[in-house]
This record gives sequence, structure tokens and C-alpha cells, in this order.
Amino acid sequence: MNVETTDLAIIGAGPAGLAAACEARTLGLSVTVLDEQSAVGGQIYRNVVSAPRARSAILGPDYSAGAELVSAFASSGALHLDSAVVWNVATDGTIDYIREGRTRKLSGKYVLLASGAMERPFPIEGWTLPGVMGAGAAQILLKSAGALPREPVVLAGCGPLLYLLGWQYLRAGARIAALVDTTATSDYVRASRHLMGALRSWKELRKGLGLIAALRRSNIALYSGCSDLRAEGTCKVEALAFRQDGRSVRIPTSLLLVHQGVVPNTQLSWSVKAEHRWNKAQLCWEPVTDIWGRLGETALYVAGDSRSIVGAQASAVQGRLAALSIGNRLGVLPDITIRAAPYLESLKRYTAIRPFLDALYRPKDENRVPVSDKVVVCRCEEVTAGQIRRFVGLGCQGPNQTKAFGRCGMGPCQGRFCGLTVTETIARERQLEPADVGYYRIRPPIKPVLLGDFVE
Amino acid sequence: MLTEPLFSIPASEGRETVTIIFDDQAVTAPAGISVAAALLVAGASDFRTSIVGHEPRAPYCMMGVCFECLVEIDGVPARQSCLVPVKDGMIVRRQQGAVSLPDSEIGDGR
Ligand SMILES: Cc1cc2nc3c(=O)[nH]c(=O)nc-3n(C[C@H](O)[C@H](O)[C@H](O)COP(=O)(O)OP(=O)(O)OC[C@H]3O[C@@H](n4cnc5c(N)ncnc54)[C@H](O)[C@@H]3O)c2cc1C
Ligand code: FES
Repeated sequence: MNVETTDLAIIGAGPAGLAAACEARTLGLSVTVLDEQSAVGGQIYRNVVSAPRARSAILGPDYSAGAELVSAFASSGALHLDSAVVWNVATDGTIDYIREGRTRKLSGKYVLLASGAMERPFPIEGWTLPGVMGAGAAQILLKSAGALPREPVVLAGCGPLLYLLGWQYLRAGARIAALVDTTATSDYVRASRHLMGALRSWKELRKGLGLIAALRRSNIALYSGCSDLRAEGTCKVEALAFRQDGRSVRIPTSLLLVHQGVVPNTQLSWSVKAEHRWNKAQLCWEPVTDIWGRLGETALYVAGDSRSIVGAQASAVQGRLAALSIGNRLGVLPDITIRAAPYLESLKRYTAIRPFLDALYRPKDENRVPVSDKVVVCRCEEVTAGQIRRFVGLGCQGPNQTKAFGRCGMGPCQGRFCGLTVTETIARERQLEPADVGYYRIRPPIKPVLLGDFVE
Repeated sequence: MLTEPLFSIPASEGRETVTIIFDDQAVTAPAGISVAAALLVAGASDFRTSIVGHEPRAPYCMMGVCFECLVEIDGVPARQSCLVPVKDGMIVRRQQGAVSLPDSEIGDGR
């Protein structure tokens, strides 16, 4: 097979990947960016170039701001491979990807993993019913297709993206039946300790408060401090039931959008057997890197939300820092300190708000480790929380063994949607820390490959 | 089977359209959107049945991570419809039961 080569190959054309490409090009490096989407922008700036003006207006200024980075990338001289699905990466910088129905190879002297975040799964009763989706998924429908809910929608959970979608729906004239917020008074108390630090990111803080104020001013029904969330229905969702202030509430709806933050998409870094640690504040795994994002002694770097949840602006800065370090290693930037200094400063500023956000929107224990045994944890193989607890009783020590006990994590999503829940459920059962229980062993291909893809 | 759609695309978005066939029914959709988006807007309420309990399932993440949106596209089974753009004349079928990936390998050491 013919192997193309490049100085820097980047997986992911979101803020981290695009900014890294621009920075690397200013150093004269050859750059190829691969993304499985048909257009650049990643999650936050999805479709930003081709979105009609009315849609951009609904999505707001933070979305439109992406056009600047996208156009800088377009004129940077980096090569963009769209609709390129990466299914394997090796620590020496070799990449296997599928494009136009054929698998191909690319070899980078260095490779930047910038595959971003995914919404944290929301394992509650009924979450597998059609009509229950992630709030981020609904936002993708808005960004990529201009699609809006037809009937009044229920938003449930917590976190900036949930409120942002609510705000965008209000602007679009979509009807919101209720916003069911799981944030409780105790969360505000916990977060208040981090408020001083957060003030260093005052612009972000003000924006967030503005969104919430707009939702409060609107006449949608707001419920806060909600618990015991359950999606009801038989063939599709019919209502959201929950408890608030000791009373039971049931809100009929055909569309329930749930969200409780985003977590790094670590599939690629796990697949190269990189070391990962459990982030106690963000309740998720993250790859262990040096300050530039390099994974051990490999040709691989990680930047952006796939390294740790930092948000779009900090993701872009991390991408630039990784590019500088790679330039330094390739000998085109002998002194990295001067160029890196302002980026390291802005990274501090952009991430100052994180401890506050992590504390305030810490997803509730009951929405991460299901209380009811009936809740489906592994959606692909339909393994419940009760079954996982039973496996532990039978001697199952960690996520890898749940595969043998009941095929948990062996479906097509390869544990992306059950892994965190399985780790935390087992840890709780065994009274250990998640770090001691570990995660699934992820092996390539990390995306389905058909035999036909190998035919020349 | 198509029912009341959960999502709609405002007429103001007005764009070139394409037609795809979903389980023998013609579905019109704006060019460039994903197959999953087109089906949701057309009123497909379930895309596949789960492999153990045979329960109806529909897209959850729309970004390629949950694999709930698997359908058969132009004869190829188990394609992630949230990642595939619609093309005129595309033939899409609901994925029934076991995600049969006879020709594929999914990285799990199986
Ligand atoms: C659904 C969703 C919506 C969000 N919306 C917003 C928002 O509106 N505002 C906001 O501030 N933050 C939003 N976020 C948070 C946001 O993801 C980040 O802050 C920011 O986009 C992170 O940038 P990134 O470059 O690290 O990753 P991303 O922007 O996520 O980009 C990663 C890219 O990698 C590609 N990719 C991943 N795996 C592969 C593979 N195997 N092969 C090929 N390509 C691959 C993806 O297609 C994607 O384009 C959202 C997150 C999610 C999950
Ligand atoms: S909807 Fe999740 S993979 Fe397509």
C-alpha cells in the first residue's frame, strides 16, 4: 500500500486541530488534517462556513467566531482530508484511515490526537427509548441541518451546553416544555470555593450567567435541584418523571434532551496503550502527557478536549503549544520558550474557570452510577447495572472482566457509552477508587472496518 | 414506518433537496445533511431493533460515538447514519436485530 508522509498529521479538525495546523504551518512544517466530518470546525464550530446567516444568528457570537479560525486554516497551506475516518494509530506516527470506501495509510513524523469530547452518558431508566437524546446531539441537528424540535421539548440535567442549547432554542422560537436542572444548593456551596479563581475567566463567567439569566427571564418552567430522573414510555419516550422538593413531577413529552457535561473521547489514546489517570474533579479518564501534550516517548501528542475538558479557546491554545513543541523537536524552532510564553499565559486564563464549573456542574452520583438495577448501562449488549453488580459478586474485578461475564462493552460502540459507568459502578461495589478498577482494554480498529475497504 | 417527526427544518432554510428511500418509502431531505438527520425529520422513530431485547432504538449522540443510528445503506449493513451525508437515490433500510457485520472486524480481540 502506498504510504503518504507528512511532518505533522492531525486527527480532528476542531479548534485544537485547526489551531495546531495554523501554528505548524507558520513554522514551515507540512501538515495534513484528517476528520471524519465532511467539513472542518469540530463540535463547537460544526458547519460554521456553510450555515445560513439566520442559523448562525440563532447559534450566537461564540459560534460565528469560529469562522476566523476556519479561514485562517483554509489559507494556511495545510492539507485537509475530509470524511476521513481514522481507525488505527501507532506510536511511531502511522495512521490508518478510511476515505471514499477505501482504507489508506499516512505516516506523520508526529501525530496530534485532537479528537475532542463526547457527551457524558446519562444512564437513567428509559434512556434507551427513542426520543431520548443528548442535548449536544440536538445541537448537532441544529448546527448541521437547521433542525428544531416540533413539539415542546424537555431539557434535563446540568452543564453549560444544556443552558446554551436552551438559549439557542429560545432565540429560534422553539418551545421548551421544561428545563429540569439537577444542580442542587449543595453544588453552589461546593463551587463557591472556586469562585475567586473563576473570576480570572470573568468573560466566560459573565457569558454563562447571561445565558442562565435569559432562561430565567423567559417563561419556560424551570425546576432545580431535581433527582430520581426517569424517562417513561414503551416504544418511545412519553414523559420525564422526577422528584423535586419531596414531590413527584411528571412532564409529558415526545422529545427528552439530556446532558450532564462532556468527557474526553479517549478511544485513540487508550488504543495505543498510553497511560491514563482518573480525573477526580471531572470524573473521567485522561491521558497522561507532558506540558506540551506529548504521550510518553512516542511520536504522538494530544491537545484539546480529548486530553482533558478545557473548552474551545484553551483547546486551540493547547494545539498551538503542541505544534511549537513538535517544531522544536524537528529542529525548526530552536528556542521554544519565547513563542510559548504568551500561549502558556492565555492557557492559564482560559482554564481558570474550570474548577468552578467542574464543582458546580458535577454530575450527580445517581446519574452516573445507577441506583436502580434495571437501568441499562451497556446500550449495545443491553447489560444492566444490576447485572454488573451481580458480576462483581461473582468475582468480577474490573471492566475487562465484565466482557467475559456478560459481553458488557463488546458491542459496536466499544465501551464508549458504558465504560465510565462500568468503572464507577464496579469501584463503588468493591469500595475502591475508579483508578484502582481501571478501564476496558481498547484495541484497534477503533472504528468499524469492512473487508471491502481493503480492496484497492 | 414513519410517524410524527420529532424535528423539523424551517422553510426559511430553503435548500436544494434530494430523495432517498427508507424501507420502501420516499423521503425528501435537504442536500448535505446526514442520513440520520433526514430520517429524524421525516418521522422515523426507530432506526433499528436492539440485539438482545429487540427494543426499538434511535440516534442518541449524532456524532458517531453511540452506534444507535446503525442502518443498512445501499446494501451495506450497520452504517453509522449520523456520519453519512444523504445522496439522491440512496436506499436505506432499518437494521433488524443483530448488528450483522459479517465482513467486518471490530477491535475487541474477538
Ligand atoms: C456535541 C457537542 C457539542 C458541543 N457544542 C459546544 C458549543 O456549542 N460551544 C462550546 O463552547 N463548546 C461545545 N462543546 C464542547 C466542545 O467540544 C469543545 O470545547 C471544543 O469543540 C473542543 O475542541 P477540540 O478541538 O478539542 O475537539 P472537537 O471540536 O470535538 O473536534 C474533534 C474532531 O475530531 C474528529 N474525530 C474524532 N475522532 C475521529 C476519528 N477517529 N477519525 C477522524 N476524525 C475524528 C471529530 O469529527 C471532530 O471534528 C460541544 C461538545 C460536544 C460533544
Ligand atoms: S447517533 Fe450515535 S453514532 Fe450515530
